Formats: sequence, C-alpha cells, structure tokens
Amino acid sequence: MIGIAFALIFFYAPLDADQGFIQKIFYLHVPLAIVSLSGFVFGGLLAIGHLRTGERKWDMRSYVAIHLALIFGFAGLITGSIWAKASWGHWWEWSEPTLVSYLIVLLLFATYQPLRFSIEDPERQARYASVFAIVAGAFVPLNFIAVRAAQKFVHPRILTLGGGNLPGSMRLTFVISLLAIGLLYVTFWKFEMAAKNARGQLRAARRALLGDDAVRPMGRSAAPS
Amino acid sequence: MRTVVTLLRKDLLLELRALETVPAMILFSIVTFVIFHFALNREAIDGQLAAGVLTATLLFASMLAINRLFVAEREQGGFDAFLLAPVERSALLVAKAAALCLFLVVLELIAVPAFDVLLLGPALGPALLGLIAVLALADVALAVIGTLVSAIAVHARAREVIGPVIGLPLLIPALIATARALGPLLAAHTTGTPPSRWIAFLGLYDLVFALLAYAVFDFLLED
Repeated sequence: MIGIAFALIFFYAPLDADQGFIQKIFYLHVPLAIVSLSGFVFGGLLAIGHLRTGERKWDMRSYVAIHLALIFGFAGLITGSIWAKASWGHWWEWSEPTLVSYLIVLLLFATYQPLRFSIEDPERQARYASVFAIVAGAFVPLNFIAVRAAQKFVHPRILTLGGGNLPGSMRLTFVISLLAIGLLYVTFWKFEMAAKNARGQLRAARRALLGDDAVRPMGRSAAPS
Repeated sequence: MRTVVTLLRKDLLLELRALETVPAMILFSIVTFVIFHFALNREAIDGQLAAGVLTATLLFASMLAINRLFVAEREQGGFDAFLLAPVERSALLVAKAAALCLFLVVLELIAVPAFDVLLLGPALGPALLGLIAVLALADVALAVIGTLVSAIAVHARAREVIGPVIGLPLLIPALIATARALGPLLAAHTTGTPPSRWIAFLGLYDLVFALLAYAVFDFLLED
C-alpha cells in the first residue's frame, strides 16, 4: 500500500500550481497528522475498555496505540515544519491554530510515558495510565476548538471546506496516502502487540519450566510479565 | 453531600491550623509580580500583557497547592481510611476540588489587589465584576484539573515534577480562554464586559472536565 501511495505521489499527482514539487510532502504530512490524532483518541477508547473490564490486555493495546501515535505525531510535526519552511519561509508559525493545538496535544501525550513509568506498582500503573489516556483523549477535540477560536489562520484548509478544492487526481492520491499511513499504523500496532504477547508467553513458559529465578525482571515495560 | 462537607471542613481546618499552602501561594504570587516588574522593565502594564502576567502567575501559584493536595492522604493513610468508609468515592474529588478552589479564591483576594497596586496601570473599578466572573470560572477549571492531576501524581515517583508536567498542557485551553477574556478587561479604556465567547468556552471546559473527572476518579482510588 505504501509503495502504491509513493508511486502515485511522485508520478501521478500533478504539480501544485504555486508551490511546485514541495507540495508533495503534504501527502505525507497530513495523513501522519490525521492518523496520529486518531491514534490518540483510539488509545483513549481502548483505555475505557481497560477500566471497564479490568483486563490488562486492553491497557497494553492502549499503551501501544498511544506511543505509536506519538511517534507518528512527531513525524507529522517534522514534515509539517519542513513544508512550512519551504512554502511560508519559516519553520514555525504561532498564528496558526492547527499547528499550535497539535503541538499542545503532542506535549501532553509526551508526558504519558514518563507518567506511566514513574508508578511502580504494575496494576496501579495500568489503571492510572488508562485514566490519563481517557482524559487526554477527550482533551484532543476540546483543545482544537480552543486554539482555533483564539487565532486567525494561514494553514491551508484542505479538508474542512466541504471536501476542499482538490482536483480529482490529487484527491485520489491524498486518499490513498491516508489509507496507506493508516494501514501502516495498524500494522505497527498489530506487530508490536504480537511481539509483546509473544514475549509474555515466552516468559511465562520459562517461569513454568525453569522456575521464577530464571526469568529476569524487565525494566521499563507496560506489558504484564 | 454530607461527606463532601465533612471532608471539606477537614481540609480547611488542617490548612487553617498549619497555614502551609495558602501563605506560600500568596508570597509566591507577590514575588512573581515583583520579578515581572523587573523582567518587563515597565512602570505599569495593561491590556493583554497584564492579563497574561496575571494568568501565568495564578497558574504557577496554583501548582504549589496542587503538589500538596493529596500528600497528607498518602503519607498518613488517608486513602485507606477513606476507602474503608461506606461513602461514595467521588466525594473525595468534589471535596478536594472545592478546597483547592477556595484556596485559589483566597489567593486571588490578596493577589489581585497586589497586582493592581504593583503592576497594573488602569484602574480596576469598572472591570471588577467581569474580572470576578472570569477568575471564578478559571478557578473551577484549575481546581478540577488540579485535583485530577494531583490524584494521579501522588502515587508516582517524581511527584512534584509529574504533577505540573501533566497538568500544564491540560490547562492550556483554559488559560488561553482566561488570558483572552481578561485582556479587554484590563485595558486602558475598558467597557467592563468580558468577551462572551471566552466565558462560554471556559464554562464548557469546566463542565466537560468536571464530568470526566467525576467519571474516572473512582478508578484512581482503587487499591
């Protein structure tokens, strides 16, 4: 999917009229931003699952969702910065609500891991992390409204004005890029969940066969082991 | 309701007897005003600048209270005692938030006149009612988020660090609204009415986070 997306980006979509080739980074930046914000909200929803059922696996899903979304988020921030430098002339722009609200959300979720790993008792760690994930997930839309109300905008509004004014070929490329980044996120998520599950099962097997001493305690880990 | 009142009375009595938090907050605010005077190198400030200075000072002073909010409970077994009592758990949230709100009100009763004397250019008279309204809503926001963050942080290792680190980003929308609402009020020729959109936003923020905090607080108290 990613391969198709990149092929389309480079060969199919026409050059944007006033920004030229640089505009193509938009196909990376916007999907990254959208997927990361959705990932944060998704993490919050998974955390609700954890608090309702009390099973640690939901918390693990929430943890993986949030930290992947944070990585995608920083990638989005950096690609956005590159695009900003190329098209507006400077790396950052305070008067732009989309950027500022995005930065605030990223700063908030960057505190998720320090919070998590500063609580030592694993049950409590999982619970508190879930509470934080829910509150922070609810915060994402509220923050967006606040910052948007506070400032004027120069950020191109591609999606908000009734489908935007993308010509057909660009719209197709955009949708495919969005799907591609979304699928990449889901793939990473499943992969990491599988890795954590496998490690947990391996450790349980070692514990059963070799006794508790044979299994070294893991350092920072959100997974039950 | 009676639980809330009992818990609130306990906290206020403790504070009255020990006098730890509120005097520290007041001193901190006044010193911060002095620092701002030198940092900005101005005789008097007004308008949005004044609103920003006041908002930031109140925010950082409230962090002092937030750090201390649940410490006594943690160190002296208050959490266990509360869990053993046959009362609704979210009463603790409401009581602590109310206590924090009251501390902030006392702080503002002293810090805002100090601000007026030390830094503010224009007279406060016409803007006073608007100022009270905006600060009341801001206090509720600080209280709700502060209590939630304090409850999360009290069990963490680097408690005094984690509390503000989580709380500040969560409070940013409320602070944007407070500062923007106070800006026109502290300007030289003020009409005395705060901009309604920011008041509405602060109200919405308070409501959403109060409900959210109420919903998740029980999970923070489990053992």
